[in-house]
Amino acid sequence: MPIRIQEGDFNLSAEIAALRKGDPRVGAVVTFLGTVRDMNDGSSVKGMTLEHYPGMTEKALQDILDQAKARWDIYQSLVIHRVGSLLPEDQIVMVAVTSAHRGEAFAACEFIMDYLKTAAPFWKKEDTPEGGRWVDARVTDETAMSRWEKK
Amino acid sequence: MKLELKFFASLREALKVSEEKITIPSSVKTIADLRIHLFERGGIWAEVLANGKSLRCALNHQMVDPSTPLQEGAEVAFFPPVTGG
Repeated sequence: MPIRIQEGDFNLSAEIAALRKGDPRVGAVVTFLGTVRDMNDGSSVKGMTLEHYPGMTEKALQDILDQAKARWDIYQSLVIHRVGSLLPEDQIVMVAVTSAHRGEAFAACEFIMDYLKTAAPFWKKEDTPEGGRWVDARVTDETAMSRWEKK
Repeated sequence: MKLELKFFASLREALKVSEEKITIPSSVKTIADLRIHLFERGGIWAEVLANGKSLRCALNHQMVDPSTPLQEGAEVAFFPPVTGG
């Protein structure tokens, strides 16, 4: 499955191996790995809980992958996003894209991540010394996504 | 018209409700109308659905604009801007 929402961890190497297995056309694999920081907006973060919208999340991610496939010459793509309780240093999200050459794969991977940040229904709640705190959306994420809008 | 409402993240916590089945009067035609209809419940509803609060809305799992017309039996979700990744 190119889209997985799960509580458990994932193995980056195993996922990449599976994604490109049996496809000798592949000459480039680009991956992004997002991890939990122990600091955000001036507060230390002891952990976080990720909530999502089951049903919509899968459709939103599929739509993002379809758009990437339509725009760049890529072969396979994969998004794994964890939900539930996570601790600093934990893996949160991975995106992987295969293509013949690196240029297409780099662009598609960055596009998928930028869109995910603004269009996929996930929400983070951080556990800080001051108590639970829902993370605010960043203006910089909107700016990053708007770069991809076709002129 | 019958709708199924869903609330997520900070909205769900503030309203203390994650889903609700609702029958709306025929005057409520769009997402924006629905927001006002719920706002008029007052109290915490008026607080979290006030104009100027940054909210997103999905109709049948698609992110939509406030002007989007409602549909019979639709699932309508309200939530804050997303923060995944």
